[in-house]
Amino acid sequence: MRTDDRHSRDAVTTRPWVGLFVTCLVDLFRPAVGFAAVKLLEDAGCAVDVPAAQTCCGQPAYNSGDSSDARAIAKRTIEAFESFDYVVAPSGSCAGMLREHYPRLFPTGADWHARARSLADRTHELASFLTDVLGVREVPARFEAHATYHDSCSGLREMEVRDQPRRLLGSVGGLRLTEMRERAACCGFGGTFCVKYPEISTRLVDEKCANVLATGAGVLLGGDLGCLLNIAGRLTRESHPVRVFHVAEVLAGMAERGIGEPRR
Amino acid sequence: MKSAAHDFPARARSALNNPELARAMKRARAGFIDRRLAAVEGLPEYASVRRTAREIKEHTLHHLDYYLERFEERVREHGGHVHWASTPAEMRAIVIDICRAAGAKRVTKGKSMVGEEVALNDALEAAGFEPIETDLGEYIIQLANEPPSHIIAPAIHKTKDQISDLFHAHHAKYGLTERQTEPTALVGEARAVLREQFQSADVGITGANFLVAETGSSVIVTNEGNGDLTNTLPRVHVVTAGIEKVVPTLDDMSTILRVLARSATGQESAVYTTLSSGPRRAADLDGPGEYHVVLLDNGRSQMLGNEFHEMLRCIRCGACMNHCPVYHAVGGHAYGWVYVGPMGSVLTPLMVGLDEARDLPNACTLNGRCKEVCPMEIPLSDMIRKLREREFDDRITPPRVRLGLRAWAFVARRPVLYRLATSLWMRVLGLLGRRRGRFRRLPFAGGWTATRDLPAPEGATFMSAWSRRRAGGRE
Repeated sequence: MRTDDRHSRDAVTTRPWVGLFVTCLVDLFRPAVGFAAVKLLEDAGCAVDVPAAQTCCGQPAYNSGDSSDARAIAKRTIEAFESFDYVVAPSGSCAGMLREHYPRLFPTGADWHARARSLADRTHELASFLTDVLGVREVPARFEAHATYHDSCSGLREMEVRDQPRRLLGSVGGLRLTEMRERAACCGFGGTFCVKYPEISTRLVDEKCANVLATGAGVLLGGDLGCLLNIAGRLTRESHPVRVFHVAEVLAGMAERGIGEPRR
Repeated sequence: MKSAAHDFPARARSALNNPELARAMKRARAGFIDRRLAAVEGLPEYASVRRTAREIKEHTLHHLDYYLERFEERVREHGGHVHWASTPAEMRAIVIDICRAAGAKRVTKGKSMVGEEVALNDALEAAGFEPIETDLGEYIIQLANEPPSHIIAPAIHKTKDQISDLFHAHHAKYGLTERQTEPTALVGEARAVLREQFQSADVGITGANFLVAETGSSVIVTNEGNGDLTNTLPRVHVVTAGIEKVVPTLDDMSTILRVLARSATGQESAVYTTLSSGPRRAADLDGPGEYHVVLLDNGRSQMLGNEFHEMLRCIRCGACMNHCPVYHAVGGHAYGWVYVGPMGSVLTPLMVGLDEARDLPNACTLNGRCKEVCPMEIPLSDMIRKLREREFDDRITPPRVRLGLRAWAFVARRPVLYRLATSLWMRVLGLLGRRRGRFRRLPFAGGWTATRDLPAPEGATFMSAWSRRRAGGRE
């Protein structure tokens, strides 16, 4: 692919035109996940761009009851992604915010509601987009590991992401997946919840860690960086040598340094 | 019941440090979750029954005045009485008047959440009556002088050992001096003590799972049979219920019954479903001489007209709390009032005040599992978020949090400023965290780093790396 044909719609009419919603956590903490997402989308035949006008989906404001700020941020996001065929996020939580909650921020009938609805209809979580929309069945990646998979609550319940990442992981050479107990239980991240009620959050993440450890897996994978930072942070604090990666990094063959591991 | 919801943080902390509570909760929770799942999966038409059940409630709520009046007419036709209480104080006064008029001394009680909501036992005791809870769980917490910690399993927080101690301490006066430790022996002992109470009670008070408008029946759903002894043996039967309990017909009740027990205990149906439709008639072999239904509003009619009206569909099955990670961690008493878990986090602020219960809507990860398992499809997590909006709008949200949010949002609305601020900050954090890959502590991040490491960022943000990549062409 040449550089110049990635930036305009005209040159790429034959390919799906995908705007990557990077998510603020990936942008700030784990850029590798963003690059892995771009690679997966491009390998699947998409033309990808990452609009510079995006920041955060606005959940910290929305979930704290600050709906006017949430609305203002939503408007910026809606504008930034208006020209794309699809909007894809490597996160069930942020994709859920765009798809389930943006339309609710504006009164039905309002112009902004229609624009939010249009964005919502084009928004997908990464693993779900690859499988459900693009029909990807396998990836050429290899990753020698025994892993377990954490379902994020928003991915599971708002975006119906459950089997899609597991199906893709099934095609990764060398990877063995063991399910943990209480798969549907929250890890205790919950956005600002984890710092507002740290003791309760710690109890929840401890239970999640215990279920991860009980599988005997050496690697934990998941599709939402919020959950993964939380679980990885607790695992390293308690000196458990489980490596943690975002599922996109493994699928793209880009899993090298786990979350929270020292840079060599 | 007086609210201690304002004390949630301290109560939650002490609950987290209570290993006996953790043991009791852990044991109960897997059972509830597994049994519900098996029961729901065993009913292929569950989704459509649930949809119909929701529509029945929704229809009734839209015509609540009509169905309540119909219910009242039917009860009157059968020789019963209907009383209307707009506040807990009114309900207490009405029930006490009925007990006084009956010349009562001993009052047996079936489980009633509305009874807990208005603190009926305390009022009855203060008025000189002897109220005795006859549901085993309620009986246990009455002995312990504690509020319920779960709406269908009020003593769920108690371990078997604690119950042995309680019975040992309280049953000596009946000549039962041996400390029992086996569940069957404990149940047998409670049964022996309660039998005596049933036979000597003057008034029996029960709650209601349904009020059926077409027949004027109040309906209770139980597993122990205590409710039937409470509503048939005494001279007077008093039903205490919220106004949202009414359904139009017996068929409607049957539909909701199909999701109620499955969601609550994982049973296809509870052991006893008992309909009371008035006082004993001439040809009846037994039954009470008087039949009273006391209906409570306590904020419910306010909810009818506002954005929380869907909460009135709640049938008190407990599925939301059985699937709530926060409830599992802190137990019911942390919530500080009668209603606990997700349904409590919505109802308590609406009934005792948002300022008093300000923590409850916030102590939630918005994981949405409650909404998923609710047989009435109540969007609990969305309502919890709406309460947070009210807190923000009413300035109940602490100023420090408001200020932080506004400052963050100011930057997040301005991509150029956001890029500049975040890329600088991440560069600093990236350098500081380079060697270890994570932080054990960090200024202003104590909420996170007290118990968790913070994985260090890579240094360059995605957006800066992406724009470099685009400027330089593809590597």
